[in-house]
Amino acid sequence: MATTALDQHHAHAAAHGEKTGLWSWITTVDHKRIGILYGATAFFFFLLGGLEALLIRVQLSRADNNFLDPDTYNQLFTMHGTTMIFLAIMPLSSMFFNYLIPLMIGARDVAFPRLNAFSYWVFLLGGLFLNASFLFGAAPDSGWYGYANLTSRQFSPGPNVDFWNMGLQVLGVASLAAAVNFFVTIVNLRAPGMTMMRMPMFVWMSFITQILLLLAFPVIAVALILLMFDRFWGTHFFVPTGGGDPLLWQHFFWIFGHPEVYILILPAFGIVSEVLPVFSRKPLFGYAAMVFSGIFIAFLGFGVWSHHMFTTGMGPIADTFFSLSTMLIAIPTGVKIFNWIGTMWAGSLQFRTPMYFAVGFIAMFIIGGLSGVMHSSPPADLQQNDTYFIVAHFHYVLFGGSIFALTAGAYYWWPKMFGRMLDEGLGKLHFWLMLIGFNLTFFPMHFVGLNGMPRRTYTYPKELGFEALNQAETVGAFILGVAFLVFLWNVVKTSRQPRRALADPWNGATLEWAIPSPPPEWNFDRLPTVDGRDPLWEVKRQRGGQLPEPEVGTGAGIHLPNPSYWPLITAIGVTAIFVAIMMSPKWGAWGIVVAVSLLFFGLYNWLFEKGYSEFSTPSQGGH
Amino acid sequence: MSDHAHALETYTGLDSRKLAIWTFIGSECMFFATLISNYLVNKGRNLVGPFAHEPWTDPATGQVMEPIIEIPLVTLGTALLLFSSLFVVLALYGAQRGNRRMLLIWLGATLFCGIFFVGMQVYEFTHFVNKGLTLQRNMFGASFFVLTGFHGTHVTIGVIWLATMFYLAVRGKLPPERSVNLEMAALYWHFVDVVWIVIFPVVYLIR
Repeated sequence: MATTALDQHHAHAAAHGEKTGLWSWITTVDHKRIGILYGATAFFFFLLGGLEALLIRVQLSRADNNFLDPDTYNQLFTMHGTTMIFLAIMPLSSMFFNYLIPLMIGARDVAFPRLNAFSYWVFLLGGLFLNASFLFGAAPDSGWYGYANLTSRQFSPGPNVDFWNMGLQVLGVASLAAAVNFFVTIVNLRAPGMTMMRMPMFVWMSFITQILLLLAFPVIAVALILLMFDRFWGTHFFVPTGGGDPLLWQHFFWIFGHPEVYILILPAFGIVSEVLPVFSRKPLFGYAAMVFSGIFIAFLGFGVWSHHMFTTGMGPIADTFFSLSTMLIAIPTGVKIFNWIGTMWAGSLQFRTPMYFAVGFIAMFIIGGLSGVMHSSPPADLQQNDTYFIVAHFHYVLFGGSIFALTAGAYYWWPKMFGRMLDEGLGKLHFWLMLIGFNLTFFPMHFVGLNGMPRRTYTYPKELGFEALNQAETVGAFILGVAFLVFLWNVVKTSRQPRRALADPWNGATLEWAIPSPPPEWNFDRLPTVDGRDPLWEVKRQRGGQLPEPEVGTGAGIHLPNPSYWPLITAIGVTAIFVAIMMSPKWGAWGIVVAVSLLFFGLYNWLFEKGYSEFSTPSQGGH
Repeated sequence: MSDHAHALETYTGLDSRKLAIWTFIGSECMFFATLISNYLVNKGRNLVGPFAHEPWTDPATGQVMEPIIEIPLVTLGTALLLFSSLFVVLALYGAQRGNRRMLLIWLGATLFCGIFFVGMQVYEFTHFVNKGLTLQRNMFGASFFVLTGFHGTHVTIGVIWLATMFYLAVRGKLPPERSVNLEMAALYWHFVDVVWIVIFPVVYLIR
């Protein structure tokens, strides 16, 4: 066992009691608790983003409506997009990374538990900072991709764009810290015998996602920094009157932005690849093809960014290149879809709630994928760009794709996380409301889009004939809202029941089902060894049936990382720097100096913290 | 300086902290790639001088002015920064062998080079501002200050990191079994040097 030496070293450690109370959550470094924090926070932001969407739908339900004024409308669609991408889907994926990766690879925690807590706190503070803009009536209003020169001081003199810029920079720090952590965790903390090609597909897709985060986020960081210099210190990077180039922003943004869409969808692919085999009672079809198609998608993801920019007139050579590379992505994505169907083919399908959502995901994602291939043709894209056709497309891949898959994952892993099964009847009601509401909201957008209804315009004249379909869309959006209220009711209702979920309620294949639900703080009493894919199915096959319910151990002798509040202090320092930059016209440079000092104060206390740092104990060396 | 994981035997046998630094450096490559691209894209897009390599006419006075870049001082800074990569390797060698004298001398030399480089950059920036090159003046000023400024910030962070190691070494807290802490700082330091190997020709040598 890999921990023998360490276990002996800490043989004096007492049994671990369950820690409770607010302080235990503030100082937690347990990947499972951090996962739950990510999930709860992201779900809150998801509801907020949904509320923004409903306001937009109310405004669009009638022609020539003035329920919202154009300025508020701009703020709402910008915050809806920004919130759903950075504060809902990405952190919901992070919830699963946090909770599942260590369990699936047979580890006690992530490689850097305090860095993990730091990522969460930075994410939370960044999300609050972004949304604090509403309190000042100055929410970001230039779209989630903030095209220059809408974002220049000249055309956006208020703090709206600054909230967006600083908020995204803070959130980028959280994503990068988490990506380093999970990359190292997956490479280094796998249980003995778990080779790369034996990793669960969710871990594989998460691994690829971390690489995308590591390579794509620095690009947007630089773009946001350049914009910050333009707005605060008078450079002209994106200002044509000073020699700058607004199109450069689009290139930088989409070099980040296209990998970003795979950051949003690859974890969803991973979740579905775990759910489908279990409810088809068959191993995942074409494991290696799934891995390599994921890698291929990520690789191509860096070579297609300009398909977002066909209408800027890049010329035939660039258009051809980006059109072809975009079409190529349909191949590995098609491979995945056929493999999912192949997994279900001739399986003994069990239609439990997670399976409903997983199958719904495949169907909805295919529709989104097909309209995506349509935009890869520049002449078609010229017609579709900036219309509701695009809005329909990306909601089919992000809602029909990511959200359906994340919901499947929520129902699938809920018993593991909370020790309670969600109600099947309410779950299926949630599914049908979501499927009907989703299609009623977004399918008509294809038609109004092709008929010329522009996105991001606060109203439309009655004569254009868009009103009937828009009314249907608004009805659909409210059905979607009800669907998630049903989910919330399901959560509340089942949370009153005793924790009696079995360790392995779905007859799962991966390691997390071998330990109690919810798992003890130390995850595994003994770290597992792995000798194949679907390790738990292999154990059950050899045994000839279900495993006995695992006993909850005492955790005696297992070393766990100490709670720490320094990640939170350091996260406050990071956020304070961006607040200070935003306030620098008023506070001057001293605010930045104070914020940087706070960051270093947190960092040094973190690095030399007792119980963690080897420098806090006397050296055993000869000095 | 680490979390508990390094104490475990890892799957690959690599120290998790070292792997984390390598991962971070991979990410930083994209950061500087974007900054350097920004510099190259904006090269020659100046509406007004000063220029890096060509003489320019001051619109206020009508005088023809010299190109603004002065290569000799920067070359010296570059040379010292590159030598400091060798010095930090020697310091690490000393740390791993438990040779404290060697560790302190070479780490001190590394720090001297790093501080000289930052000082050189402060002098250069002040000199440029006095000659009329600012962030706001033209695209060269904007992209030059942002690119070299972010590199300088990285050097400064490296100096603070190495100085912390120096302090620990003086206190006798950097025995061979903890030398990986210096190795991580050294990896970062090498990266900062390698980035400058790209920036120096791009900004100072290519016309």
